Amino acid sequence: MSLSRQEMARIVARDIPDGSYVNLGIGQPTMVADYLRAGSGVILHTENGMLGMGPPATSDRIDPDLTNAGKQPVTELPGASYFHHADSFAMMRGGHLDICIMGAFQVSAAGDLANWSTGAPDAIPAVGGAMDLAIGAKQVFVMMTLFAKDGKPKLVPSCTYPLTGKACVSRVYTDVATFVLDDGGARVTETFGISFDELAARLDVPLIRR
Amino acid sequence: MTATEMSALDAVAAVQDGDTVLVGGFGMAGMPVELIDALIEHGAGDLTIVSNNAGNGDTGLAALLAAGRVRKVICSFPRQSDSWVFDGLYRAGKIELEVVPQGNLAERLRAAGAGIGGFYTPTGVGTPLAEGKETRVIDGREYVLESPIPGDVALIRAYVADRMGNLVYRKTARNFGPVMATAAAVTVAQVSRIVEIGELDPEVIVTPAIYVNRLVLPGSAVRRTEVTS
Repeated sequence: MSLSRQEMARIVARDIPDGSYVNLGIGQPTMVADYLRAGSGVILHTENGMLGMGPPATSDRIDPDLTNAGKQPVTELPGASYFHHADSFAMMRGGHLDICIMGAFQVSAAGDLANWSTGAPDAIPAVGGAMDLAIGAKQVFVMMTLFAKDGKPKLVPSCTYPLTGKACVSRVYTDVATFVLDDGGARVTETFGISFDELAARLDVPLIRR
Repeated sequence: MTATEMSALDAVAAVQDGDTVLVGGFGMAGMPVELIDALIEHGAGDLTIVSNNAGNGDTGLAALLAAGRVRKVICSFPRQSDSWVFDGLYRAGKIELEVVPQGNLAERLRAAGAGIGGFYTPTGVGTPLAEGKETRVIDGREYVLESPIPGDVALIRAYVADRMGNLVYRKTARNFGPVMATAAAVTVAQVSRIVEIGELDPEVIVTPAIYVNRLVLPGSAVRRTEVTS
């Protein structure tokens, strides 16, 4: 059985070392927070200027001055800190964040990331903090379905969509397999409802059995 | 010179046609809505707006765009679920857009305020947003040269000011305020409260008064108090 979005989030959360400083991208990566073990000591960074971000805010705890990168109301945990945008991105660019988790349209076997634009001529370009995160965090984990709706693989020999960053992705978590990308190529560390051989047959990327 | 407390309309009178205006905020957090409303009333046009987003809904920045006052937007993320005003103008070819990675936007503003003529950053290397820009390999890593973004006027929102113009912010509403305050010739801060000099702990001031020229309290459309000392 392939993994649900929740199961993918649980597996990513499992692989985050205790005490890591982590940035969760907008959308599916946000769900990873729900699966972090209590007491893990993982500290969440949000690009709009906060470390120690807590869970989403509800009802009377909603504060319009306290939001996450997706502009949703959130809460602060004890030990939280606030800082301005240049500091927040210096923190990223300077390699101080351990892990950032993002979605993707495509990832190449060399770790190139495409997740900000499909290059469609009528699309309005919008990049946000994706390019800064991609090259800044010590490790970039991608969460995505392995195949697009039309069946095309999203782990590819080289990205056809405009790049977000070059050689920046270290792991790819998908609904059917987890890949570690390193100098040797794409190493399959887990599969879910698919065999290694079937996976190898459906991807144009050389795979390494773990 | 200390900051001058004035009405929103008087404060934004510093903006002239063709100016580059830095507008604080990340979504609505830290957005100086009263100052933008006053800017619409003031009437300056042909503006270049530098802000993280390009307006939400029909108010604030979106209303300024809808009024046809903006020639160009420099931002990191114009497209949002409620950015219909910008989307319509962009698709109609009525507004220019420069998309900048968010960290480069912040650092280009910081550079402008810090007297830096440009900087090499790894952000954007190998992407369409670095095309045509000078690159350089430093210690084996490729970087792209980015230039400062100075503003004529910055419109920001802070939480509390003292009468000098020292500012503190509130939670994630701080965002672009501190760097924008340094990057403009004239900085206008919309604040929730103004306290007497000495009431803010010097250790917690985020933006020193040297960067702040004008203070505006919400609902102060008609009041005007010159403060000097």
